[in-house]
Formats: sequence, structure tokens, C-alpha cells
Amino acid sequence: MYSGKANKQYSIQITIGGLIMRKVAIYGKGGIGKSTTTQNTVAGLAELGKKVMVVGCDPKADSTRLLLGGLAQKTVLDTLREEGEDVELDDVLKAGFGGTACVESGGPEPGVGCAGRGIITSINLLEQLGAYDEDKELDYAFYDVLGDVVCGGFAMPIRDGKAEEIYIVVSGEMMAMYAANNICKGIVKFAQAGSVRLGGLICNSRNVDNEAQMIEELAKKLGTQMIHFVPRDNMVQRAEINRKTVIDYDSSHNQADEYRALAKKIHENKMFVIPNPLTIEELEELLVDFGIMN
Amino acid sequence: MSPEEMKNNKIQEFTVDALSKYPGKVAKKRSKSILTNNPEAALEIQANVRTIPGIITQRGCTYAGCKGVVLGPTRDVLNLTHGPIGCGYYSWLTRRNQTRPETDESANFITYSFSTDMQDENIVFGGEKKLKQAIIEAYEIFKPHSIAVFSTCPVGLIGDDVHQVCAEAEKELGINIFGFSCEGYRGVSQSAGHHIANNKIFTDVVGINDEPKPGKYTVNLLGEYNIGGDAFEIEELFEEMGITLTSTFSGNSSIYDMERAHTADLNMVMCHRSINYIAEMMEKKYGTPWIKVNFIGAESTAKSLMKIADYFDDEEIIAKTKAIIEREMPKVKAVVDEVKKTTRGKRAMLFVGGSRAHHYQDLFNEMEMEIVAAGYEFAHRDDYEGRKVLPDIKVDADSRNIEELTVTADPERYDASKQEKKVKKEAEGYLFENYEGMMPEMKKGTVVIDDISHWESEKLIEHFKPAVFCAGIKEKYAIQKMGVPLKQLHSYDYGGPYAAFDGAINFYKDIERIVGTKIWSMIKAPWENEPELVGEVYTEMQ
Repeated sequence: MYSGKANKQYSIQITIGGLIMRKVAIYGKGGIGKSTTTQNTVAGLAELGKKVMVVGCDPKADSTRLLLGGLAQKTVLDTLREEGEDVELDDVLKAGFGGTACVESGGPEPGVGCAGRGIITSINLLEQLGAYDEDKELDYAFYDVLGDVVCGGFAMPIRDGKAEEIYIVVSGEMMAMYAANNICKGIVKFAQAGSVRLGGLICNSRNVDNEAQMIEELAKKLGTQMIHFVPRDNMVQRAEINRKTVIDYDSSHNQADEYRALAKKIHENKMFVIPNPLTIEELEELLVDFGIMN
Repeated sequence: MSPEEMKNNKIQEFTVDALSKYPGKVAKKRSKSILTNNPEAALEIQANVRTIPGIITQRGCTYAGCKGVVLGPTRDVLNLTHGPIGCGYYSWLTRRNQTRPETDESANFITYSFSTDMQDENIVFGGEKKLKQAIIEAYEIFKPHSIAVFSTCPVGLIGDDVHQVCAEAEKELGINIFGFSCEGYRGVSQSAGHHIANNKIFTDVVGINDEPKPGKYTVNLLGEYNIGGDAFEIEELFEEMGITLTSTFSGNSSIYDMERAHTADLNMVMCHRSINYIAEMMEKKYGTPWIKVNFIGAESTAKSLMKIADYFDDEEIIAKTKAIIEREMPKVKAVVDEVKKTTRGKRAMLFVGGSRAHHYQDLFNEMEMEIVAAGYEFAHRDDYEGRKVLPDIKVDADSRNIEELTVTADPERYDASKQEKKVKKEAEGYLFENYEGMMPEMKKGTVVIDDISHWESEKLIEHFKPAVFCAGIKEKYAIQKMGVPLKQLHSYDYGGPYAAFDGAINFYKDIERIVGTKIWSMIKAPWENEPELVGEVYTEMQ
């Protein structure tokens, strides 16, 4: 005889089996290369045949530029403002490189209004319009979020299970590591209440001494992994000038393989943790050990 | 045990009962705001500090203090709330301020509620454009003399520059437009809003027009808000005395009169808490001295009228004032003597405002009712203990958050003769700036509580069983569910005026009806007739 409880478990398994979409958010210090890393990685996933949606959560609306070949996108908030309530998903969703679905949340010009509230409005609208529905057969939804988690609005993608895995883009520079640690504090807060977990640190190299070892150590201390070390290469810059990802611009270049490797690692990643943020003293110690001591 | 000891024991029992349910830290903090009054001792009460989260407080917000209290009663300034619609809507006419425009054609915006009605989009992209548009629209439709803009919470959060928008609009439209940074969350109560309102009225309104109001003796009445028509009663008396009221801040007031308030000879402060700032700033800038008055209670009215008449040293005015008092007091006495048969010895509690809990005690005393407990919602220590404690009040971070203007004498408009007169009068023993506060005038062995919580109100009622509880709309039905009638002293329910002589008569009659009715003993709460639901608690098994 089946009890009600057993039935419930069974139905949950079915649901989990049905929902294969992975929801990923990319955070990190401003200017660290979140948008560039996200788009190049997404290009790698697209090459693997994955269906990916990228949701840009930055008022500058430049999170999908490389996938779309330019800033051709009308943002969700602008559309909402101009069209009123009568917004269709097609109005805000554009197809980009390799069949990626690109959305820009948008937001106010610098210095006015509330960009955080804009992200909340925008993500709610996308949900209502069915952007995440099963019929879209998405393998991934990527959220590319502006800078540090400065207020509630920017934490929206990691709230209520909207994003379940977080990757933090970091470099060996003090402030980048400081920001990464701070973001971990935000993750802890939401992880305790929900399903969000840290998937790892992506080191976007700035050619700092002992950078890889230092980020490895930071990751270890946070209880996570450095999922990939992306070396610094001018090819990234060149591709960007041409409004393309590296994979799109020069498919055979070494740097393209780096992003392919990162995409593959993310796809195969099984390590999802609630991080242990460091104290400021521990963080400084790390810098002394790896930076100045040598 | 002496009666005094018994009284103190009772208060002690109440205090222990009220505080024992609080967590330790909360009890410790609240204990500083609850005391047994002793007018002979210099007792210190904790006031104007943050309400502890989780406590059901009576307090309102800074926006309410600024827009609702101070600016709201002025009929011809167009008060525009910049924010989502709720703030404007729920502050619309709720204080029952009345006004009488000079002519049928004179502007009167009191019956309107103006708001920018901010939407999600305005929060995200900023609301400055919408505000500007609203100001222009309001101007085109109503052609007001002045527009005041009030900031609500979200405006402060998203950083709309209200003052810049006002300055731009002022330049374009050529009328006086000024904004208030009175976001609800600033300060610990609506008191912060009063201060913010005072500052802006002082810098942007008072002093615009140097043309005095015609009249031999001119005065301003500060902190009278014409609830239920109070101001009409008071104005009538001034007129009969031969005193010209230049401006009231702000019951039955006009922005035109506020602009020339600095030309008056004397400022009279009614609600010390909400308006003492302007009184002090006007004295520094224009030399206008101020005195404390109170027109709540027949005796207090008579005393205040005589004090005003005495200031001008004019025999004719003194004679007229005496005649008024001689004519009015017997009428009052006839009613109060009748009313006393019902009211004598009955208990009252007053928890309201920043001066009402004090002023209304006079009316209850005249009815020979016993005030067992009183306290303010948003007052400061000086309103309890008197202005003598002003130098000792600790300025905390919350108070620093509200701008304190640095005021100096106006090189042209400062009238030294007003100060010479003050010095002369002072030598005769005439008192200026003399607010003694509530506690010295309350009996020994009464309970004084600042920022009373709902829980403490319930406990007070249980322990002291008052015949009437005076507070506001938020408390009204919760208290009445306990079988105790509540008289609103913010809006007067549907009654008033209660100021001056005729107002006192109205109040006596209303209170006689309230405490004399048997209705409260006739109605029973459901649980008094039938047992409450019976249930058992099971431990949940895993």
C-alpha cells in the first residue's frame, strides 16, 4: 500500500526529472569581465549543442552584445515602459550566436531611479511571459549581474531559487578577491533559505604573481573550487571590438579552447557548496602569503 | 498603609506586570519611559527614542508629521505628495482640519489630495520627470500661489532630487515651489517631520512679504491646527479683544499670511512640540518674542487671553478681555457644574500627541475627573519636564539626522524694539518661552508613559479601569473592544470644537455622554457569555 508521503516523493522525482534547465548566475567585482566571460562561455555551451538563455541584469544592457553582434537589443524595462502592459516575449527576446536566447533587463541611466528594483520587475515579467517555460526546452539560463551585490534588487537572481548555481569571476587582485568574498556572504544568506549554491570561482587572469595558486587557495578556504583559470589574451579584446565572442571570431584560437574548457567544466560540474566566507584578516593573510612573501 | 503608599503599590504592580512579559533588554529600555509622577522631584523620562521593533506603537511617520500636521491645514498652498498613492490618499482630510477661505473665489485645496502616484516604472527610472509634470499640471489647472512637495519613503531610497525639481519648476512657473525631504523613515516619529516642516516654512515662506497686516497689535498663533473648528473659536476671541491675528501656523491659515508672519509683534505657541522651532528661529532672525499659551480648558483660555492682553499694556484691550472672561466663565461654570454630577471622580487616561495629552488634562480637571495616566506619542523630554531640561537633552544620531538651521539676525528685518519690549516685560515678571511641561502639572502618584505600546495600554486598563481613554484612531477600536470608550484627541471623532470657552462646553458635554452611558456595561464580548473554545495541545510526533 502506498502512503501519501511516498506518492509525494515520487511526484517530486518526476518534476526534477522534467526540469533539466540549470540556472546559473555570474557575479564578481565591477570590471572583472563577467559579461565577457559569460558570453564566451555561453558560446562554448552553444557549441556543445546546449540551448542557453542569457539574462543581462545590468542597466548598461551590454551583457549580450557579443552574442548578438552589437547592442541591437531593446531592454525589458524600455519595452515595458513604451508598450505598457502589452508586452510579448518576442519583443524582448532575441536570438544570438548558436541559437542562444538573449534578454537585457535594462534600467535607468546612471544616477537616477533604482536599478535594483528594475531587475526585480524585469525578472518577474520574464517569468510571467513564460521565458523559462518547459516548452522553451532550455538547458541553461545565465544571469549576468552588475558588480557587487549592493542591494536587494541585485540579489534577485539568487533569491527564490531563480538561480541555483553561482560562479564568481575573480582575479588575483585584492579588491576582486574582497568582492568575491563579499558575494559569498550574500550566497550564504540566501543558501540557508533556498537552493542556491556556489559552483566555483572563475579566475579571469590579470597576470598577478602566483595568481592561479592564490585563487586555488582562496577557493579552498571558501570551501569551493577554482573551476577554471582563464589566461589573459588580447584575442578577447580583439573579438570584442568585432562584437563577437572568441569562439565566433576565431574558432581555432587557443583562447577559444579555454572558454570551451570552461563551458565543459561548468556542464560537468558536480561541486555545489554553501561557501564559508573569510574574515578580512584571513583574506589579507592570503595575499601576504602568495603575493608579497615570494 | 497610607493612601499614597497604596497608590504607589498599585503603580508598581502595573509596571511589573507590563514589563515582565518583555525580553530583558526591552524591559530595561521601556522601564526608562514609564514612571510614577512626582512633581516635587526632578524626574527624568526617556522620550524621543526609537520604538523597539515588534512593539505596537501609536507613532506615525515623518511624512505624516510634515505634510499631515504642519502644512496640511493651510488652504491655499497646493500640497503635492511625491510617492505611491497610498501616502497621499491616507493623509487626505483625516485630521479634520477646517478652513474658511476669505471669499468664495479664494483658493482652497484642503478638500483635494494631490499625488504623483508613482508606479514601478517611476521607481526604476526615477520619478523626477513625473514630479515636474505633476507640478506643471497642478499649476495649469489650479493656478496656486505656492506648491509644496512632500517626499515619501521610496523617493528618498531612489534619490529623486525633489529640491532641484522644485527650483526648476519655480523658475519656469514663477510661483513659490518648495520641497520637503520628509521621507517617512527619517527620525524616530512624526516629530522629525514637524522639524523638517518648520525649517522649510522658515526659509522659504516666512519673510517673503514685508507688508504688515493692518492692526494696532499683531500676533501669530503657532501650533494650532483647527481640528474640528478650534481656530474659529480662538480667532473670534482675538477679534473681540482687538488683537490682529497675522498668521496661524497652521489652522485656518493662508500662505499669504505666513509670508508676512515676521511682521507680527508677538508669537504665541500652542503646541510646543510641533512648532517651537519656528518660534525660536523667528526670534533670532526677526526679534519676535514668544510666549506659551493654551486655549484648551476654560481656565487656561482665560489665563492665556489675559497674558496676551497684558503684553500690550493697553487698558482698553485689558478691559475688553476681562469683559469676555466675565461673560464666558459663568456660562462655562453652569455647564461644568451640571456635568460634574456624572463625571466627578471618574478616571481618564490620555496618550496622544506632543502637547494634547497635557492640554486636555485641564478640561478633565475642570470636570473633576481623575487623570490616572498620561503620556505623549512623539514628544521630547522638554514637553514632559519643561524647557529647563533643554541643555541636558542628549542629541543622538537620530536627531542629528534632521537638519538644524543656523539662524542669525536679519540685517534689515530684525526689529530690536520687539526685544527691548521683551526685556522691559521680563523685568515686570512677565514670562517668555516658559513651557513647564506636563509632569510638573500632573498629580503625584500618576503614571507617565512615553510612546506607550498597545500591550502597556491593555495592562493600564486592566489595572486602573478608566472611564475614558483618550488617544487616536489606531487605538480606538482595540481599546473599545476592552469595553472602555475611547475619545479621539487627534481628530475629535466627529466632534469639536473643543478650544476656548464654547469648545470647553462642547467637550464637557461629549465626555459626560461618553462616561455616563451604560452601553459599555450592557454589551458583552462573546467570550464573556460562552466559554472560549476548548482544545488540547498534542506534541507533534516525527
